[in-house]
Formats: sequence, structure tokens, C-alpha cells
Amino acid sequence: MTTALRAAWLIAAKDLRTEFRSRELVYTTLFFGMACVLVFAFAFAAPSGDAIAGVLWIAVLFSGTVALGRTFERERQNETLRALLLAPVERGAVYLGKLIGLMILLGGLELVLVPIIGILFTAPVGRAPWLLAGLLLSGTLGFAAVGTLFSAMLSRVQSRDILLPVVLYPLTVPVVIAGVEGTAAIFAADPRFDVARMWLAMLIFFDAVFVTLALWTFGAVMRE
Amino acid sequence: MQRVIVPGLLAVAALMFARAPYLIDAAPYESTMGLVQKIFYFHVPAAMTSMLSAFVCGIASVLYLWRRRPAADHTALAGAELVVVFGVIALVTGPLWARKAWGVWWQWGDARLTITFVMWMIFVAYLLLRRFGGPGSEVMSAAVGLFGMALVPFVYLSVNFWRTIHPTTDVVRSLPPEMAWPFRWSIVAFVLFYAALVLVRVRLERQRLALDEAYAALEE
Amino acid sequence: MRVTGTLVRVVAVALGLAVVAAVGVLAQEPQTQFVPADTLPQETLPATPLVFAAYAFAWVALVGYVFALWRKIGRVERELADVRSALARRQG
Repeated sequence: MTTALRAAWLIAAKDLRTEFRSRELVYTTLFFGMACVLVFAFAFAAPSGDAIAGVLWIAVLFSGTVALGRTFERERQNETLRALLLAPVERGAVYLGKLIGLMILLGGLELVLVPIIGILFTAPVGRAPWLLAGLLLSGTLGFAAVGTLFSAMLSRVQSRDILLPVVLYPLTVPVVIAGVEGTAAIFAADPRFDVARMWLAMLIFFDAVFVTLALWTFGAVMRE
Repeated sequence: MQRVIVPGLLAVAALMFARAPYLIDAAPYESTMGLVQKIFYFHVPAAMTSMLSAFVCGIASVLYLWRRRPAADHTALAGAELVVVFGVIALVTGPLWARKAWGVWWQWGDARLTITFVMWMIFVAYLLLRRFGGPGSEVMSAAVGLFGMALVPFVYLSVNFWRTIHPTTDVVRSLPPEMAWPFRWSIVAFVLFYAALVLVRVRLERQRLALDEAYAALEE
Repeated sequence: MRVTGTLVRVVAVALGLAVVAAVGVLAQEPQTQFVPADTLPQETLPATPLVFAAYAFAWVALVGYVFALWRKIGRVERELADVRSALARRQG
């Protein structure tokens, strides 16, 4: 178990180190997130607490989708996915490594986006920082868990760019609902922290089930 | 065995469907909705069958991922297709009912309609992946089928708590006997018909596979 | 082609019928002149076309799917019989 985790961390570290040299993924994903927020700023005339929560989560979702597409792009181009899978580590370690890398990237994105959204939309992002962080973390994990699995599977497919969101978005509807509703409960004029906590609990439950399911499926799918 | 079961199921289902309009006509009008509520006798069983098919697809997908038996893959594909067929029936008859009963075509607050929509989208994605995913798409779509099935309770939970303006009323459980009888009749007819359709669809896939293998043998 | 063909047809018929139903329902008589009224008229929407459209749609979708399946199976089984007999002839 620990060897698998260490292997996962090694894979994530490799990705992070590669990324740190060029910083391409970080800059582009970050700016893409901000571009989304910009579009939403013009799309909604005067967004209420509900809509602001939606803006945040959609920006994360879209940026996440773009980042997912790139996560395995490097492997695909350099044909290193096969090498990774042949390595003497559990299949699950490859999946976890990719997942950790993606979580770090998206976490960084959220750290930047949340204050910006707070400023641009005058949203009370500092009202319950730990609760909001928990919602973002668990929601992003749920999205990334399902996304990493399908992105890996689709890496060899021609129309992967469009097939990934087509498959991923319906599958992550509960995550989006829970994330947005929980965040909206915090941002509301009359905040309901108990409601937000309920959604957080559901997200954690979702994560537990779907990370496990994704781990199993990754092994089963990558058997060839 | 096939030769008896499928025609048998179809015959029973056909008879039940033939009898259904009389039963539905004989059922009393609902006090507030009147005639339009009668759409319910088809709409709800279609939605239920669609959900049933989601589980059939999900279980078959798990079996396929685990054992890679072609029969499991055929069943998963059949199940996914039927989720979409019965789902589209539910999603079209629903708004037709809703327009009269609620004044709007769609109501996000109706949890069941929303859930049917989300599940429908998931299994359309299954079929799109099958069609455009290239070689190896059977395995990938099996993953979608598995996740689709696993998601049902979560979609149910989240959508139910979501727009709580329209609390989900447990209409089905509180049906008076004059309505319950045609309703149950309709459900049974739908499920029998569904069973026949799955068997026929699986047979089609199996024959296609046999055809491919026969062509391959011919080429040698 | 194989998977999507039938489905596209079913969904297309579905949408077509839904549109027909919607048009039928929405194409109410246009008003030609203003008529004063003492009380506000109730907004009535005839239910019969909706019910009819719903049942018609369900029937057409199901029967259409069965029909499409029937034809495909017939075609595949005929082809299979042909190929198998060609194989037998070659081996025999």
C-alpha cells in the first residue's frame, strides 16, 4: 500500500517537476479560468449569491476539463503512458499520481480564482473560509476523480477533446449540484451554514465512493 | 429457448398494451388535472423502465469489465439503448403532461423528471462513446455504464434536495385502487415488453459478432 | 452507423412528434378584435391533443424501435446464412 502511494507521489512529482520547468499548464489554465470569469461577468447582469456560486464552479469545471485534456496529452505524445503502465507499480498508483497532480493544479487555480471572484462580484468569500475550502476541495476531488479516469481511457481516442466533456459533465452532475448549492448557501444574504455542511457531507460521501470505483475501473480498463 | 421466450413475451405485452387503453379510459379522472393526468399511465412506467434499464446496463458493464464476456457487452449496449428509448418517451410525455398540469413545459423542481433527464444524458454519452470511441470503446463505455448506475442514488439525493420549492410528492404510493390497477397493469406491460426488447437487441449484437467472425473466417 | 442509425431515427421521430404536438397545441385561434369582458377568462388549454400526442408518441417510438430491430436482425441473419454457406461450400 505504501509503495503504491509512494509511486503515486513519484508520478505526481515527475509531472509537477516537468510542469515547473515550463509552467505552460499552470499559466494557461489559470488564465483560462480568469477568461471564464470575465465572460460570466458580462453574461450575468447582476448576479446574486446563487449565480456567483455558479460562476465559480463553472470556471473550475471548464478549467478542469481543459487541464484534464492536457494531463494525458504529454503522455500520449511521448508514448509514455504505456511505459508508465508497464512500470512495476500497481495500476492504481498511476491513476493516483495523475489525480494528485491535477488536484494540485486545480487547487492553485481555486486559490487565485476565489479572491478574484470575491472582488469582482463583491461575494462574501471570507465568510466561512474553511467550509468553502472544504466544499471546493471535495467537489474538485469528485470531478477530478471521474475526470482522470475517463481522460486516461480517452487518451488514445481521436475525438477525445469533445468526448471527454460529453461523458464527464452528466456524470458529475451531483458534484456540481452539491458544490454550487453549498457555496450558494454560504454566499446567500441569509447564510445557511448547516445546509452548506450537509452538501459538504454529500460531497465527501461521493468522493469516497467514486475514487474507489475509479481506482478499480482504472485497473480493469487498463488491463490490456 | 429464444424462439419461445421472445414471441411469448411480445404476445403477452401486446395483449396487455391492447387492453391498457380500456383500463386507462375506465380509470377515474384526477380531480385537479382531469384528462391530461392520464398521460401518467404511460409516462411513469416509461421512466421506471428507463431506470431499470440503467441498472441492467450497469450490472452488465461490471460483468464485462470483470470478465470480458461478449454477452455482457451485448447486454450493456442493449440496456443503454433502451434507457435512451424509454427515456425519450418519458421526457416527451412528461412535458406534454406538465404543460397542462403545471402551466410550464419543464420544471427543474420536479426531481424525477430531472433525474430521468440526467440519466438519459449519461446513457446517450455511452452510445456516443460506443460509436465514436474507436477500437476498445466497449471497455470505455462499460466504465460509463458502471458509473451511470452507481450515480443513480447520488443524482436522486442531490436533485431531491436541490430545488425544494416543489417537494416530491409520493403520488405512486398513494394511488386509489381505481387508478392503481391500470397503473400496475401498465408497468407490467412495459417491463415485459422491455424484457423482450433486451433479448432481441442482444440477439442482434450476437449475430453481428457472428457475422464478423464468419467474414474473418472466410478471408483466411 | 449501426448503433446510432436506429437511435437517430427514434429520436428524430420523437422530436418531430413533439414539435407537431406543440404546434397543434399552441396554434390556437388568433384574436381578430378586442372584446371587453366583465370577468377575466380562465386560461384553458385543451387537454385532448396533449394526451393524444403523448400516447401517439409513445406508441410510435416503441413500435418504430421494434420495427427497426426486426429489419436489422433479418438483414444480419440473412447475411450470416450467406457467409456460412459460402464457408461450407469452400470447405466441402
